[in-house]
Amino acid sequence: MKFFSELTKGIIKENPIFVIVLGMCPTLAVSTSVDNALGMGLAATFVLICSNMMISLIKGIVPAQIRIPIYIVVIAAFVSIIDMAMEAYLPDLHKALGIFIPLIVVNCIILGRAEAFASKNNVLNSMADGLGMGLGFTLSLTVVATIREILGNGTWLKMQVLPSTYDPMLVAILAPGAFITLGLLMAVMNIIKEKN
Amino acid sequence: MGYLGEIFVMAITAIFIQNYVLSRFLGLCPYLGVSKKIDSAFGMGMAVIFVMTLTSSITYLINRYLLTGMMYLQTIAFILTIAALVQFVEMVIQKKAPALYKSLGVYLPLITTNCAVLGVALLNTTAMRPDGITPYNFLDSTLNGFFSGVGFTVVLLAMAGIRMRLELVNLPKSMKGMPIALILAGIMALAFYGFMGFKI
Repeated sequence: MKFFSELTKGIIKENPIFVIVLGMCPTLAVSTSVDNALGMGLAATFVLICSNMMISLIKGIVPAQIRIPIYIVVIAAFVSIIDMAMEAYLPDLHKALGIFIPLIVVNCIILGRAEAFASKNNVLNSMADGLGMGLGFTLSLTVVATIREILGNGTWLKMQVLPSTYDPMLVAILAPGAFITLGLLMAVMNIIKEKN
Repeated sequence: MGYLGEIFVMAITAIFIQNYVLSRFLGLCPYLGVSKKIDSAFGMGMAVIFVMTLTSSITYLINRYLLTGMMYLQTIAFILTIAALVQFVEMVIQKKAPALYKSLGVYLPLITTNCAVLGVALLNTTAMRPDGITPYNFLDSTLNGFFSGVGFTVVLLAMAGIRMRLELVNLPKSMKGMPIALILAGIMALAFYGFMGFKI
């Protein structure tokens, strides 16, 4: 029961992007298309699950004063693994995401979960927390990317969804569009929260 | 174009054309988090310029001389360098310049997880001089770090200025805080998009 609630809280109630507002850089940068968003989200989910598991395993032996550098090294090791794996098996996606794969290291969500959750809970719950937070991150990235890709390109996951006569609103996939889309989405979230 | 001209181009590119915050999306957490007051924005900006310049020069040396043949260690080596450097800078400033420490103090630890710092270190390793074939040398990397930090500070200060005025505006409740800050950033990014057309 606990396992399941740890898993689901990251998706809506404690959604890392819309509710806790962490990890903005990758959210805005890679949400130009849905496949980039999914790739980034799944890479971050992998790192979250692995680092949460590892940190939960070593929580008893890490001296409190130097825990942050140790967490960062653990996270950096998993990021390097996913970086190299993507370069080998998904070279196109790796090229599209570029510098934002190594930058998962400094994504506040991952260090935040390590510090706030994995260092205090058992392995199974920590992994569930990592999976839930990762899915929440992936989901919100995909929502932002869906809006931007449909408005800016008329496609969704490279499939044409708007008629070909649609004149793409190019600004949506450029940098300014990212900020404005996310800002409006957050305002909508606030309205929904107020109504409830 | 002489070397001085190249440096000028690098400065304009890093500050305006490819601004780290508004066009590369690096360093957004402090940009949105520490831009509520001009004073704190200034302190954060200065700390970032300082750390970015130092990081660029040190990671250049590490990448060039220590990591040859071990590129898979790049991410780990860079983040450890930054963490150690920030800690070291914090200790030195605390000891030598207590007044500066008081104004920068709280922002220094935050810089470790500022992705603009790791970003500039990683981008320097693949960046090219204007001729398109020579990689950055030591001086180029250091200067690029400095100018990128300046670019970050410029937009951070502009944002803080706007947000201080925004406090007086009567906004719908749902737009307060983060949503309006993001939309503002979008409008600023649009304005900065105008610089894209520059051909130097």
